[in-house]
Amino acid sequence: MTALRRFTRNRLAVVGAVALAVLVLFAVLGPLVHPTEQVVTDLGAANLPPGVDGHPLGTDALGYDNLGRLMVAGRVSLLVGVLAGVLATVLGTLWGAVAGYVGGVVDAVMMRVVDAGIAIPAIFLLLVLSTIVRPTVGMMIVVLGLVSWLVPARLIRAEALSVRTRDYVVAARAMGATHRRTVLNHVIPNTVGTVVVNATFQVADAILLVAYISFLGMGIQPPTTDWGAMLNDGINYIYQGAWWLILPPGLAIVIVVCALNFVGDGLRDVVDVKGRAA
Amino acid sequence: MTTAIPAQSGALEAGAAAPAPVRAARGGFGRFLIRRVLQALVVVLVVSVIVFALLHALPGGPARGVLGQQASAEQIAAFEAANGLDQPVVLQYLSFLGRSLTGDLGESYLLNQSVSDAIALRLPKTLLLTGLSLVVAVIIAVPVGVYQAVRRNRAVDYWLSTLAIVAYSTPTFFLGMLLILLLSQTAGLFPAAAPQGNGITDVLAQPAGLVLPVLTGAVPIVATFSRYMRSSTLDNLGEDYVRTARAKGTGYRSVVVRHVLRNSLTPVVAMLGYYLPVMFGGALVVEQLFNYPGMGLLFWSAAQSSDFPVLLGCVLVISLATVVGSLLADVVQAVLDPRTRGGLR
Repeated sequence: MTALRRFTRNRLAVVGAVALAVLVLFAVLGPLVHPTEQVVTDLGAANLPPGVDGHPLGTDALGYDNLGRLMVAGRVSLLVGVLAGVLATVLGTLWGAVAGYVGGVVDAVMMRVVDAGIAIPAIFLLLVLSTIVRPTVGMMIVVLGLVSWLVPARLIRAEALSVRTRDYVVAARAMGATHRRTVLNHVIPNTVGTVVVNATFQVADAILLVAYISFLGMGIQPPTTDWGAMLNDGINYIYQGAWWLILPPGLAIVIVVCALNFVGDGLRDVVDVKGRAA
Repeated sequence: MTTAIPAQSGALEAGAAAPAPVRAARGGFGRFLIRRVLQALVVVLVVSVIVFALLHALPGGPARGVLGQQASAEQIAAFEAANGLDQPVVLQYLSFLGRSLTGDLGESYLLNQSVSDAIALRLPKTLLLTGLSLVVAVIIAVPVGVYQAVRRNRAVDYWLSTLAIVAYSTPTFFLGMLLILLLSQTAGLFPAAAPQGNGITDVLAQPAGLVLPVLTGAVPIVATFSRYMRSSTLDNLGEDYVRTARAKGTGYRSVVVRHVLRNSLTPVVAMLGYYLPVMFGGALVVEQLFNYPGMGLLFWSAAQSSDFPVLLGCVLVISLATVVGSLLADVVQAVLDPRTRGGLR
């Protein structure tokens, strides 16, 4: 069966892929269809319910159009999530591949560093870091990437441990390939299935983490916003029944993270040889 | 909340005991224990280096942090001399380590309290909240996971798994807001503010206020652990002893309840130890959302006001708890299942 067939056989994965595509289009192209002012506040039009004065999802406490804000916030959430997830995957893959390939004392030392990193819950480390550095979009990507590379490092190390004893690695070494070449050309490419599947989950987790940090008020600062920050702004109006400030960004996060998890499961069906018979 | 849930059996151990090379267990349990404890000590040391490095990464260093932006160069020099900050970094680290070992985590900038006192006052309340959430979650997750395994690949299993992913993908604070909107705002069943007070007894005296925080904390744990329980039960259902018991005439239901359930619980219980950092992260959000006076709220307020001694003290305590948690989990597994003893990374 081709890879595409195996992927599409998992109906949830297809639903996830479609939902992702729709949300990306919504965030990237949405503002072209529904242009709104998202920098200058308009207090005269604050806290309008949905449908009033041409605001399909109402306005927030500063008079920003909520639908338009959902779009620009989505750009930030998706951008930070994807880039931080990719950064974490690259760092983790390199670290894990080297540790697993070299083995011995180097492996032990590198893995204790990973253990220590995992012992500090990411959200606590992120809050400390965001009190030290100014949380801009670029800074969030770097900091999130630096905090989340540990799990992929462990996974890839385990893969590399089994790959390093394979005949093709031994053969490459026997033919005089350098360690650097062996790791980059033979070890890492043979873990690519694990890497790709994990990257999907990594992006999902990064999007959740950005939302948590922003919700806790320590994330990207206004007028730039993301879905977590929108929820943080909206919670103050929860007792006035302003559901339109809570549900849209909240559901957007749930949908995108779910979709990524479904797609990740689908990709696992594609690359996981063992799971193919099941 | 940031570890992807394993979707298949075999991924169960991936959380902490990464699939290590199958090496024959060298020596017995005693040697395993010594090696594992030494490893945990090394990890704690590395954590302390990270925390110390963070302390020194503060803008302007610790002196600027304590004295504020207005401090003159002379004041900073005097402060650094008085606190040993002009010493070589290695000596400073050793003295930081020595003080931390004796429980001296410094003074809060704002609380007029030592960091260890501030933590000691709030940690029990956090443990109470997470403990209650955990109990509620396990009571739900274990039967759900077993039921899914028995009904594997049927519609009900499929829907419950999907529901678990949705629950896992829902940020804790959004879930809490939804519960506030539905159960507090609309239905008026429970208050949205958590119980206040200094001790555990004060908190327990207001059980209605605990319902929403405990529920909010429990849902993500149910999502994760029902999946662990499902895959663990599936692994056990395929074992020979199930066939033997069935062949001897034991009813299927009775095999599941009396034999499979007990064997499947072991790895899941051990998993709790690895799950500690996730639970602490969840507690932080729940406490902030419901204004519950625990360690998470202490940490959050400290982040708002850049109270670095409190921040780093909390990080140190939580990391220590995490290391001890995964150590205990490994030891429990090694006691119950000698096969895992060789799997030391």
